[in-house]
Amino acid sequence: MINKSNKVLNTNITNLVNKTYQYGFSTNIEKDIIERGLNEETVKLISKKKREPEFLLKFRLRAYKKWKQMSEPEWAYLKFPQINYQDIIYYSAPKAQKKLKNLNEVDPELLKTFEKLGISLTEQKRLANVAIDAVFDSVSIGTTFKKELRECGVLFCSISEAVINYSESIQKYLGSVVPIGDNYFSALNSAVFTDGSFCRIPKDTICPLDLSTYFRINDQNAGQFERTLIIAEKNSKVNYLEGCTAPQYDTNQLHAAIVELVSLEFATIKYSTVQNWYTGDKFGNGGIYNFVTKRGICVGANSKISWTQVETGSAITWKYPSCILIGDNSQGEFYSVALTNNYQQADTGTKMTHIGKNSRSRIISKGISAKKSKNSYRGFVNVTKKAIGAKNYSQCDSLLIGNLSNANTFPVIFVQNSTTKIEHEASISKIGEEQIFYFLQRGIYFEKAVELMLSGFCREIFTELPLEFSAEADKLLTLKLEGSVG
Amino acid sequence: MNLKSPLLEVKNLQVSINENQILKNLNLKVNKGEIHAIMGPNGSGKSTFSKALAGHPAYLVSNGDIFFKGFSILQLEPEQRSHLGIFLAFQYPIEIPGVSNEDFLRLAYNSKQKFYNRPQLDPIEFLNVICEKLKLVNMSPLFLSRNVNEGFSGGEKKRNEILQMILLDSELAILDETDSGLDIDALKIISTGINNFMNPSKSIILITHYQRLLDYINPTYVHVMHDGMIIKTGTAELAKELENKGYEWLQ
Repeated sequence: MINKSNKVLNTNITNLVNKTYQYGFSTNIEKDIIERGLNEETVKLISKKKREPEFLLKFRLRAYKKWKQMSEPEWAYLKFPQINYQDIIYYSAPKAQKKLKNLNEVDPELLKTFEKLGISLTEQKRLANVAIDAVFDSVSIGTTFKKELRECGVLFCSISEAVINYSESIQKYLGSVVPIGDNYFSALNSAVFTDGSFCRIPKDTICPLDLSTYFRINDQNAGQFERTLIIAEKNSKVNYLEGCTAPQYDTNQLHAAIVELVSLEFATIKYSTVQNWYTGDKFGNGGIYNFVTKRGICVGANSKISWTQVETGSAITWKYPSCILIGDNSQGEFYSVALTNNYQQADTGTKMTHIGKNSRSRIISKGISAKKSKNSYRGFVNVTKKAIGAKNYSQCDSLLIGNLSNANTFPVIFVQNSTTKIEHEASISKIGEEQIFYFLQRGIYFEKAVELMLSGFCREIFTELPLEFSAEADKLLTLKLEGSVG
Repeated sequence: MNLKSPLLEVKNLQVSINENQILKNLNLKVNKGEIHAIMGPNGSGKSTFSKALAGHPAYLVSNGDIFFKGFSILQLEPEQRSHLGIFLAFQYPIEIPGVSNEDFLRLAYNSKQKFYNRPQLDPIEFLNVICEKLKLVNMSPLFLSRNVNEGFSGGEKKRNEILQMILLDSELAILDETDSGLDIDALKIISTGINNFMNPSKSIILITHYQRLLDYINPTYVHVMHDGMIIKTGTAELAKELENKGYEWLQ
């Protein structure tokens, strides 16, 4: 007997499922790589290839030593086979023929890759209101609108360039928010990071364009270790967007990044990510291992840092964008949608450390888990003795799809003074066959039903995203969930 | 459509769920303008019948046929049956988190408009339409901004079903125990809603356990269902008899 239950829902689903991961292609390009494996020589070689100043080599070597003494964290609710760090390529760059004067000299094959991803770097077709730094495997291949930004004093370039041209800022701030030994992956990144973006907004300036970094992992055996540093000077403001994709391989690639944000008096940094790495196939093979340390520090009074993330990709996500609120009246925000499907595992959340008086933080986390995936929220709100009048509001909602998925929340609240106001709310709900049938009975189509329920669930987060991202995010979620109800 | 044919005709229907046969040879003819009450003990297959008519994917039709407006609908998807004019008021209306009642109602309304190539309404136009209907079931417009059935009381959920029935104005409404769990006032409101909805071009199938709903709504026929079949058919008098004697004397 055929169960009609499966028939009806599955016909709808199959139509959708055929659209697989559309960024799964890889680019064939001549590469300059450093042989697999990691030792002191590898670290020195990376530094040499990038013609780095002495201070950075020392920084890397310190990090390498630290890393060797540390071990992988085991507290996260994640299960994966041992990563062999000696089997990873730590440097893989498209071979440059000569030094590039401008973007039009970039290998057309690379430009084509980014075009295919919907990111145009060429002069004529660029997005009008977003400046982009494009990172391909280990290196940045170009940054748009550099000159225009320079005119209003905004520095925006790859971190390798910044190391040479703005070494003062790098020396002062690199590792100041995420110290070398902060955790296993931050130590690893500090030793072997190859590129990333740097941005500095001068005093009293509202950055005229949204800044964006687009990360693309291409090499099957290479890890991506990039580093982003954003500094917002007094009374400045910037919107930063991060996007990422990777080809579809049946092996796992390691991505261990660091993002450091520094916000001075009255400055605001808004950092948004739509993460769409390859998740692995429906049996759990392949996909990116994403171990990322993102942290912002609100140094000045009345400063603000806001993280928004839409996490849909990666086989494994280990990521806690956090805020250290030092300045009085400073504000930290964390808005997150994490979606897991098939065998994906996500352990993500935030840390808010309140030090400044009347510092405020807001955490809105939405976890969606489908099929056999695991989705955990892990949060830590830490209010220190000095943070008189601090306030925190946290909300953690989970949405389960089907009967096999798993959602967890691990909120920790630690308060050391009595003037603090803390609110915590949590909810869990489910999309099942009966909800879908209710929609169908009222004449509403399956796709529309799922879309409506998802965007309803994520509404608070999507309104935080920049316009270009928010429409995209809606579509992305529906696309990612194909075939998971029924 | 053949004018003489009944709106709904169920022939020798056999339905199973999870390989358990629930409906065994069920026959029923419903003409326009008729109200059919179906009564019967728990587990006799009344809800299964309503789900099978609406095309719930878990209910497998293993034999027989269902004709609606003269055509077999067995191969049609639930949303197509809905568009054609079959409405099911659920016994336990499910909560839908994150979706406002207003969006849900508008989408349902517009889906049907689209199916019949009629103009779809924008949110403001729709608000006028829905506010008129809200009055018919004595509901406040505030209730539009709440999520579908989320945190609704039992009575509110049932009134919401009747609201949707009135809004979609389907030809055949199947009401699955819409009266259960209601106090007298709510029962009156719902009955009024149903009577307003009814006209000579429509039909209603009322699934109920209690005679009291039939004090407000006058059924054309009363059927008694037992073990997946209709074992007795009568008029409103039959319901009163059942109220006094129970079901056992029929078996």
